[in-house]
Amino acid sequence: MTLNTSRRGFLKSAAATAAVLYVGARPDGAIAAANAEGAMLNPFVKISSDGTVTAIVKHFEKGQGPATGLTTLIAEELGIPIEDVAYEFAPSDAGAYNNLFLGPFQGTGGSTAMANSFMQYRRAGAAARDMLLQAAANAWGVDASTLSLDDGVIKGPGYEAPLADFVAAAAQIAPPAEPRLKDPSEFKLIGNEAVRRKDTPPKINGTATYAMDLHLDNQMIAVIARSPRMGGLVAGFDESDAKGIKDFIRAAELPNKAGVVVFAENTWAALQARAALAVDWDFSAAETRSSGEIRDQLLAAVNADPEYNVTDTDQAAIGAAIDKAATVLDETFYFPLLAHAPMEPLTCTIEATADGGVILHDGCQFPTGPHMALSQILQLPMEKVQINTLFAGGSFGRRATPTADYQVEAALAFAVTDRTRPVKLVWTREDDITGGYYRPAFAHRVRVGLDGSGNIIAWDHRIAGQSVMKGTAFEDFSVHHGIDHSSVEGTSDTLYTIPGHFVGLTDVAKATSVLWWRSVGHTHTAYVMESMIDMAAKAAGHDPVEFRLDLLAGGDTDQARIAGVLQLAAEKGGWGKAADGRTQGIAVHKSFGSYVAELVEVSGNAQDGVQIEKVTCAVDCGIAVNPDVIKAQMEGGIGYGLGHAMRNEITLTEGAVDQSNFPDYEPLRIGDIGAIEVHIVPSTEPPTGVGEPGTPPSAPALANAIAATGHRVTSLPMVNNGVSFS
Amino acid sequence: MAMTLKLNGTTRDVDAEPGTPLLWVIRDELKLTGTKFGCGVASCGACTVHLDGEPVRSCQTYVEDVEGAEITTIEGLNSDISAAVQQAWTELDVVQCGYCQSGQIMSAVGLLSETAKPTLEEIDLYMDGNACRCATYQRIRAAIQRASQIMEA
Repeated sequence: MTLNTSRRGFLKSAAATAAVLYVGARPDGAIAAANAEGAMLNPFVKISSDGTVTAIVKHFEKGQGPATGLTTLIAEELGIPIEDVAYEFAPSDAGAYNNLFLGPFQGTGGSTAMANSFMQYRRAGAAARDMLLQAAANAWGVDASTLSLDDGVIKGPGYEAPLADFVAAAAQIAPPAEPRLKDPSEFKLIGNEAVRRKDTPPKINGTATYAMDLHLDNQMIAVIARSPRMGGLVAGFDESDAKGIKDFIRAAELPNKAGVVVFAENTWAALQARAALAVDWDFSAAETRSSGEIRDQLLAAVNADPEYNVTDTDQAAIGAAIDKAATVLDETFYFPLLAHAPMEPLTCTIEATADGGVILHDGCQFPTGPHMALSQILQLPMEKVQINTLFAGGSFGRRATPTADYQVEAALAFAVTDRTRPVKLVWTREDDITGGYYRPAFAHRVRVGLDGSGNIIAWDHRIAGQSVMKGTAFEDFSVHHGIDHSSVEGTSDTLYTIPGHFVGLTDVAKATSVLWWRSVGHTHTAYVMESMIDMAAKAAGHDPVEFRLDLLAGGDTDQARIAGVLQLAAEKGGWGKAADGRTQGIAVHKSFGSYVAELVEVSGNAQDGVQIEKVTCAVDCGIAVNPDVIKAQMEGGIGYGLGHAMRNEITLTEGAVDQSNFPDYEPLRIGDIGAIEVHIVPSTEPPTGVGEPGTPPSAPALANAIAATGHRVTSLPMVNNGVSFS
Repeated sequence: MAMTLKLNGTTRDVDAEPGTPLLWVIRDELKLTGTKFGCGVASCGACTVHLDGEPVRSCQTYVEDVEGAEITTIEGLNSDISAAVQQAWTELDVVQCGYCQSGQIMSAVGLLSETAKPTLEEIDLYMDGNACRCATYQRIRAAIQRASQIMEA
């Protein structure tokens, strides 16, 4: 049996052949199946009459691995080699492909892709297998329980045939209500480190198509001149100087006055024409503050009584207990705005269809949002808007905005044309770095009281920053009693046993557009928690690992699991056994359901230059579906966390962003981290997140390692706060 | 302005204004999109191509300066060294989002063409200009060393 695993045209060819087995789920979760004429056109797995199996992947691929992971689940339960399963990205259909953790939304985020799909895709694969086996059993006159499907071949006593022989018959069989899922002992692919990424081949020879690579016949390139100050509006513009530029088409004010769109026949002409454009801006509603003012405001907020009592504990009593403590630690932290800067700048294309609708071609992270936005802006019914999801060149959160920001821009640009030509919106790196939607700036002030024996007796923790979720469609999801959980996650729900724990939050006014950024609130809360715990251990005269373990000894599963990764990282990383001239720091944090500990070993010191020699990571994310992908996500999450903590910040001067491109928003480079080693804790628990949880412990582990050389960093980035790197 | 470029072993007639970065001629006019746009200021390396075998950043290379030179893009790689690099990239599953990887591979081939057995320090130095926001650097290092082994075998 020869299978073509890269048939991108399969959707069309499948529709043309009569015998196809589709298996998916109804909105209520029940297994549904159909043949080619069937009503259910949006399945999780399709099997054509020649035996070609295609997994329909409902999560977009930004490098975090769902193209491999969800395909693994289908292949595992179906009983076919993963190499023989093709995959396609799902169309936009929130009824069929919603994220089970996010309700009626189709989208990827919160490190949920595997966690929410694990049973769903296994059930679909298992149901397809049961139906194929039943069809073979019917044909052979045997009981289905005597048959097996392995490596794409159905076998029974005296019988053997490729699954392709039974696709047509299986498509006529009612799907099982409860397909038989494999016992973990039967897994061949789940947990198999030898499974390779499905998306490697096209990504190493230049054939992978990202949204930036799309080139439709007769397309126009659109770039947008945006206000140099956040929130400025177009007052007028002059395109005279652009008119002489070859291949420039025209410029037009966006209907919402947020910018002037420049159309050209190609990208270079569009960029030149934009540079030649003269735009008058109305700054009356624009942000005029500078970063220093925003910082002062945040620091003032954490030194005042907070707006919200997150823990519902007695702040005054806890404060009084700290005042009377034998030892008091009092530290203030500050975290700057950060850009996501995914490698592929934002881009998408809108194309008109023959029936009067449109197709959005996009590395689309959250299809439901842009689907609704395009429907509204272009005044098209939802069914006239299709989304073609392409590979995304990274995201780290940036491609999913509650406002569908760049897709809205593309729609507004398309709306000012006659809608005959495809419009490809292109952002440059400068657009990206200056374009808002940053990780919000946050300040924390923490006072910790220790008794004479070094035990924590009270903890007063105040947080101030701009809420990511308030005022968005996700408000109901994350904001309760005024408290945006994403501002405080990792503090009030810490797994450490802390008596007298108060957490307060103050939301500050909007300064820029802000957004979730790889691990959201944990980006700052883990830094604060793990720095403070380290300082408390030092004040108590205890070993930082032992001190943490003592606070995690309550005996519940959560504490046992987080203690487990802490011990594993300490053991594998040689805690306490740093080579001469090196120091170590450790941090551990739970986020997105997963437990991650990281041990950072550095050489040098803050003044002469720190070199990160090695990071040892231990992760417990439940069943490790694709262990090598998990390791890659930890490696990447660590790099992302460390690079930004070392040297990145977005600053504003009178409302204008000071940074513009990689030279002044310097990315992590290859020589910055000597080595990373990842260890996965074996588990039979359901899978939890891996895209984000590697990030939170990395920066505090580094800070703790540097602190061991005598310099404690409580404001980021480190390079602007007394640390140089070799 | 009409020009003739030698690209991936063939000659291609292009029409581009002087001052146009080679990147946009390759991507928009020749429609070879394996060469990526990342920063436009030669700061990320996603646009790396070979000019007479040497890696250059095509976003800061003007089209009129490359007439007559042999230009190789990721699509035109065809050597024992590039085969070893791509094999190593596959064995180690280096890629995540993959957007920078064409540039990483073009630079890696450049490095191994100059130095068949680079040390880790030589790798870090040579690859310093190729940014990867997914931070696949550990695997890039390991894959370059693996490619070196494959070449030796």
